[in-house]
Amino acid sequence: MKKSVFLGTLAVSGLLAGMAAAGTLDDVKARGILNCGSNNGLTGFAAPDANGNYQGFDAALCKAIAAAVLGDASKVKFVPLTGETRFTALASGEVDVLIRNSTWTFSRDTDLKFDFVAVNYYDGQGFMVKKELGVSSAKELDGATVCIQTGTTTELNLADFFKSNNMSYTPVTIADDSEGQRQYVAGACDAYTTDASGLAAVRATLPDAENHIILPEIISKEPLGPVVRHGDNNWGDIVRWTYYALVSAEENGITAANVEETASTTTNPEIKRLLGASDDNLGAMMGLDKEWAKRAIAAQGNYGEIFAANLGESTSIGLARGLNALWTQGGLQYAPPFR
Amino acid sequence: MTEPSYLRDTVLPQLPPPLVDRGIIKWIRENLFSGVLNTFLTLAGLAAVWWLLAASLPWFLHGVWDANSLGECRSIIAAEFGEGAQGACWAMLRERWHQFIFGFYPPEAYWRVGLAFVLLFVALAPVLFTEVPRLLLWGTVIYPALGYWLLWGGSIWGPVVAMAGFGLLALVFKLLRPLLGVPVAGGLGFVAAVLWWLFAQGPVAGLLAGVMPVGLVPVESDRFGGFLLSIVIGVTSIAASLPLGILLALGRRSDMFLVKTLSVAFIEFIRGVPLITMLFTASLLLQYFLPPGTSFDLILRVDILVTIFAAAYLAEVVRGGMAALPRGQYEAADALGLDYWSAERLIILPQALKISIPSIVSTFISLFKDTTLVSFVGLLDPLKGISTIVRADMAWKGVYWEPYLFVGAVFFVLCFSMSRYSMYLERKLKTDHK
Repeated sequence: MKKSVFLGTLAVSGLLAGMAAAGTLDDVKARGILNCGSNNGLTGFAAPDANGNYQGFDAALCKAIAAAVLGDASKVKFVPLTGETRFTALASGEVDVLIRNSTWTFSRDTDLKFDFVAVNYYDGQGFMVKKELGVSSAKELDGATVCIQTGTTTELNLADFFKSNNMSYTPVTIADDSEGQRQYVAGACDAYTTDASGLAAVRATLPDAENHIILPEIISKEPLGPVVRHGDNNWGDIVRWTYYALVSAEENGITAANVEETASTTTNPEIKRLLGASDDNLGAMMGLDKEWAKRAIAAQGNYGEIFAANLGESTSIGLARGLNALWTQGGLQYAPPFR
Repeated sequence: MTEPSYLRDTVLPQLPPPLVDRGIIKWIRENLFSGVLNTFLTLAGLAAVWWLLAASLPWFLHGVWDANSLGECRSIIAAEFGEGAQGACWAMLRERWHQFIFGFYPPEAYWRVGLAFVLLFVALAPVLFTEVPRLLLWGTVIYPALGYWLLWGGSIWGPVVAMAGFGLLALVFKLLRPLLGVPVAGGLGFVAAVLWWLFAQGPVAGLLAGVMPVGLVPVESDRFGGFLLSIVIGVTSIAASLPLGILLALGRRSDMFLVKTLSVAFIEFIRGVPLITMLFTASLLLQYFLPPGTSFDLILRVDILVTIFAAAYLAEVVRGGMAALPRGQYEAADALGLDYWSAERLIILPQALKISIPSIVSTFISLFKDTTLVSFVGLLDPLKGISTIVRADMAWKGVYWEPYLFVGAVFFVLCFSMSRYSMYLERKLKTDHK
């Protein structure tokens, strides 16, 4: 009841704000800066470094959009948002696009009047346990104590999973990731559950990482992606296709380093269209110039480069591509054709 | 009469009391081991202290200041104190302390924050200590504009012209008070000031900036964080809530029906709502009330609502002080022929405020600590906001106690100073019958 009233209020206000602020592209261009709603600190995805500059997987997409629209990847104002304030900030127009590891769900897409334009990271909820527990599957966790963050979808997923497998568990509720890590290390719970990317980051920073394993079961689907308001489809297209330009660049072997060279030497017609080197003007179809995608790729590299720099196996988080590999390599990242 | 065989002609020197009845041993016997229960409590207390120290002291003693990541801290501790030793990783503070203090304020402008902080004490001195020359009060009057200009930068004329609005208020008040009385003159002065801010502020400031451009590099509000943010919100809302709270307390005790009803409604409504609700109102709801496109600074929004929140509590504290005054004081003021405002200013408020000092300072201290709640609306408070950012860095992920201890220590120093000042003030103003 409480939730539906809250969502309803959000929806109505989102609608009003949406009508008032049609033409996000014009607003952004007039302002000269992109307001990008981002996480207030999530390892690998978005967090300011020691100099106060936002870095991370989500932050890189914000920079790519700024490069495509404004011609300068540094023209981004990162607005740190909490889990509670993120959707209102988007609905009220405080941010132009929300790239804050937000899960695409039915009610958020419909009832809240938002559009999830793409999925830039396929995540899912997993479990981490100590090796000495002797557990190799989540199905063996009957009777375990589980550290779980309150007020999130992970809490509901956990309840569903144990109920459907006819098992029982004792929850140890925690407020945030750092507390969860603390409780788990201190032995307050047998298993720690959160998104698999978060588990990997936690495990990488444990003093005895080799004594902990992440169980193979992924018990939920968490497609994370950039979100825009209903009512401004052109702006949604810009965000969506900027993202796909990065994916397509990886598919075609275009990197930040070779994008200039490729644009002048390539003979592949699709790459020519993408980089604005042919007579087709794809950018004009959504109100941008010809070289929007070239700039977006040059900003932080293609999808694979962004992944490798912020989350991949060469970083200390060390995530494998998994579901986020290109479709040609057994993953789900698939960009529609640029035509 | 025979001569006594012995006659003492001097008094014997006093012997010291027996060993067990003097000095530290006596004190210990009397205070720590005076009975069975007391002995037991002493031993239990000692055991508790021992247990706490045994658990935490090694951790503090093993602290590492010179490392580039938590992993490095751990390996240094393991190398120096043996495998499995626990220790604090203060190196995190060495690398990130500036974010805890300044947030993302541009480093080349840190001097502006430092200067504003020093000037804050210059401005506070004449208010806090009566020994300081009264002339310095003018510094206090201009400090809000000066502090704002130093911290946010931009043209100097904006704050100057805004302060001129207050000057206008004072002028109108002074001219009209003999004719119209305090409330009407104050109200008209307020209207004049608002008109000034609405219509004259922009053109006049623009004109002056065109004639004589003086300014600092502007700093956006989203660069503010850490203790800079806490102190900005804390100081402004403390300074603004005291006068507002006194007015509300007077309003609540007023005989005028409308003033009283409005004051009661305001105080009770605000006190009935949690601070977090006010913060969410500031960050989310106000966005919908305001016309689309107006972006009203989040720090300012939060500041206004925190001020309103504190004022409601202060109003009740001050009212309690007023209620504690004997009725005779009010009657004496009437008998002297003082009007309402003179009576309040000269007789009632000085005594009422003196009585309420401990509670007023308690309210201020809790208000200052409550500024950390702004992390819920995405502002970067030192306790949660900055700690989250630091922990999001792979190098420091897993650091748990160190940021909390550091932030707690700084808060303790600031709050303890406030508390000591209030005790000093109480002693100084003590005029009661001994």
